[in-house]
Amino acid sequence: MGMTHIVDRRLNGKNKSAVNRERFLRRYRQHIKKAVADAVQRRSITDIERGESVSIPSRDIEEPVFHHGQGGKQEMVHPGNEEFVTGDEIAKPPGGGGGGSGSGQASPDGEGMDEFAFQITQEEFLDFLFDDLELPNLARKKLKDTEAFTYSRAGFTSQGVPAKLDVVRSLRGAHARRLGLGGSRRKKIRELEEQLAALKSAPEDLDAAFSHADQIEALEAEIASLKSNMRRIPFIDEIDLRYRQHIKKPKPATSAVMFCLMDVSGSMTQTHKDIAKRFFILLYLFLRKNYKKIDVVFIRHHTSAKEVDEEEFFYSRETGGTIVSSALKLMNKIIESRYSPDEWNIYAAQASDGDNWNDDSPVCGKILAERILPLVQYYAYVEITPQDHQMLWYEYEKVMEHAPQSFAMQQIADPGEIYPVFRQLFERKAA
Amino acid sequence: MTDTIDRPNLPDTEPAKRIPISTGSEWTFELIGKYDEEIARCAAEFGLDTYPNQVEVISAEQMMDAYSSVGMPVGYHHWSFGKQFLNTSKGYQRGQMGLAYEIVINSDPCIAYLMEENTLPMQALVIAHACYGHNSFFKGNYLFRTWTDASAIIDYLVFARNYVAECEERHGVDAVEEILDSCHALMNYGVDRYKRPAPISAAEERRRQKDREEYLQKQLNDLWRTIPRMGEDEETVRRKQRYPAEPQENILYFIEKNAPLLETWQRELIRIVRKLGQYFYPQRQTQVMNEGWASFWHYTLLNRMYEKGLVTDGFMLEFLQSHTAVIYQPPFNSPWYSGINPYTLGFSIFSDLRRICENPTDEDREWFPEIAGSDWVETLHFAMRNFKDESFIQQFLSPKVMRDMKFFSIENDDQEDVYRVTAIHDDPGYRPLREKLARQYNLSYREPNIQVWNVDVRGDRSLTLRHIPVDRVPLGKSADEVLRHVHRLWGFDVHLESADDSAVMAAYHCPPRDPEGE
Repeated sequence: MGMTHIVDRRLNGKNKSAVNRERFLRRYRQHIKKAVADAVQRRSITDIERGESVSIPSRDIEEPVFHHGQGGKQEMVHPGNEEFVTGDEIAKPPGGGGGGSGSGQASPDGEGMDEFAFQITQEEFLDFLFDDLELPNLARKKLKDTEAFTYSRAGFTSQGVPAKLDVVRSLRGAHARRLGLGGSRRKKIRELEEQLAALKSAPEDLDAAFSHADQIEALEAEIASLKSNMRRIPFIDEIDLRYRQHIKKPKPATSAVMFCLMDVSGSMTQTHKDIAKRFFILLYLFLRKNYKKIDVVFIRHHTSAKEVDEEEFFYSRETGGTIVSSALKLMNKIIESRYSPDEWNIYAAQASDGDNWNDDSPVCGKILAERILPLVQYYAYVEITPQDHQMLWYEYEKVMEHAPQSFAMQQIADPGEIYPVFRQLFERKAA
Repeated sequence: MTDTIDRPNLPDTEPAKRIPISTGSEWTFELIGKYDEEIARCAAEFGLDTYPNQVEVISAEQMMDAYSSVGMPVGYHHWSFGKQFLNTSKGYQRGQMGLAYEIVINSDPCIAYLMEENTLPMQALVIAHACYGHNSFFKGNYLFRTWTDASAIIDYLVFARNYVAECEERHGVDAVEEILDSCHALMNYGVDRYKRPAPISAAEERRRQKDREEYLQKQLNDLWRTIPRMGEDEETVRRKQRYPAEPQENILYFIEKNAPLLETWQRELIRIVRKLGQYFYPQRQTQVMNEGWASFWHYTLLNRMYEKGLVTDGFMLEFLQSHTAVIYQPPFNSPWYSGINPYTLGFSIFSDLRRICENPTDEDREWFPEIAGSDWVETLHFAMRNFKDESFIQQFLSPKVMRDMKFFSIENDDQEDVYRVTAIHDDPGYRPLREKLARQYNLSYREPNIQVWNVDVRGDRSLTLRHIPVDRVPLGKSADEVLRHVHRLWGFDVHLESADDSAVMAAYHCPPRDPEGE
């Protein structure tokens, strides 16, 4: 005995199969992608953040081997005979089949063998959903050409802007300089003054040739000259000035803000809004995968625009006309006040049925091209309408011509088109 | 449980005082050690000869990992194992499938996995079943002794995994996957059935890999350089000499050595799959015996423990419940029926063999004159060592077991309108029934007999395989699919003919031929 070795392996890695699982998913990407695309259609919006069950037709994942088919003469031994005796004949079911040959594979789990079903995680779900999509200019602004910095203190420097002048440090420096520069003179003055005092207090010599008056005069003149020298030492000099030093540390921009603009005027039906919703959700999920922190700003508009919370954005109704520029103006204002483009990657998605006051459309084009596009990473416009385009579309097309890198527009007619359109919008731009 | 599990020549009859090893159902490492020690002592009483054991306690997730790599503790990466894993975890999470509570590796030391979720009686059951049942089977059975080398398999698996990973790095995952897919399709045809193979050895493989690269290419060139001698009619030459001269059953081996276009690393991959096929070959032929043997011993050993007073009544109840579930055989007309349960059949035969030795009836004396009344431990060991499923059933399946399991055979002839009951568990039926059941476990009956028939060496280099049908049973639907894999490996046209002595019944081609063509 003692031949048995007992080992606790429980703390060893448990994901030995992870690579094989990944290989499987990789091999069947096409199937899984399709299942994921279908699921996105089917799912309600709030429910998009979970894994998905994927089914693949069993014949597609079969590993073929040679085996016997049906036919010929086959004999099988079975257990559990109750009533048969040798020579009994049992009528075959009409239509053949049911041969009970050794080749058929029984389903191990009672499920049909036609489908191979398995779960993918939410993470994998999203990966497949966004597979080979990349936001244009996907600016997780690279470290080397980053425009976002944090400033951190790095001691003091002798050069700087007045705003960063450190008064205490500067005066301390000045004081030291004054002490340093004046020291020897002050000492000299002290000596001379002592001599002067000694001379003055000494009894007057009778010999005029040795009169003190000359000596005193000479000493006083020297002292006066030294004192005047002293006065010329500046109280504060340029070399005393000290500035607080800050250095710029590049900061990867990992935060993004997403503006959702939606027309909620009377012409937008619930179906329209539904489509828009899903589009926003997709964008949100996509950003979430690329940025650590995402703010979402909801702007709804009819004739006037308003920043609202998600609930109100999606679920309250309005009536009336449409002035799209109001939303663009509001967005611009919010960017200026809260989302500096230096620190935020700004994305915007606008959904509308294309209705707008005709007079307003050129204004929209102008605001977009001149004020908003320079600030944002990407602006996507989806027009949800099966009908002909209206004025706004054509105005936006002009914008598109000027900024194809950061602007995209698409028309969606029914929910089935969301995902393809989404992909198209964010498709990797060919390098 | 009325069986008295005892040997006449045991040292002493133990005093009947019952001092169980433990009473709770929670296990600890210390308790597992103690149980193992006692089980080993019982196993020694019965003369079970085993490799040293390595018992590894793992979690359910790890069990799923182990399960999905078809019992290889180290495996190369392949999507099919991922598929297996998804399937296993799906079943497990839904609670449809209890995980196999034991996996045991034919290696030296013999590695057995215990799942941490199991209760103590279950752990003891697994130890008895795997560490002493399967283990002694691996060490004793002639097929395992001939075909596998327990001391070298782990090394070889590591070698294989590293080699495959290296190939993936150099040639890309897809290229490697393609070759492996094709090899897996032919894995069952990568075994020499009658020739003892060279033992597996990783060190040897590494050493020889280099030599092989050079040698192989030379040999190939020789084959394909052969030019018919001048003056002879080419057509007669072609007809006269087939290459290979004798049909080859080891298709993978033939391809590895003769495929014109494969690169060396591709040939090496074929070799690896072939070697694994060889490693699993004995298991495929001894399922009934192996499981039957292990079940017989977990039953016998734990009962012996009970006799010695080492385990409690509660322990035995839980053990017996599991045991009964394992060897349950649903009848043919049950919705749970999915063929004969190898655990049941094997356990029944071994148990009955013991009964025949200890309490033979007249029937037994007539059927098993040499066995009836003999030393049961010796007889069982003899049966374990020298047979495979087919011959084991042919030799040892008794009328009593056939009666107990109520066997009957059904013939399904596509030329008739009825199924016919050809034999049942009665006097005239025993022998034919036993023969039929034995044949059912004959690999070359279970799997289509397909061999390399000819290569058109001087022509279009096409490879022809020949399927020899038994009782007109055709090939299954996947034949075309498998042929595509053969084609991928061979690199030129591949044909597969189903042929009796003379007539070709069916032919498959890859690339497929036009229906009108030919």
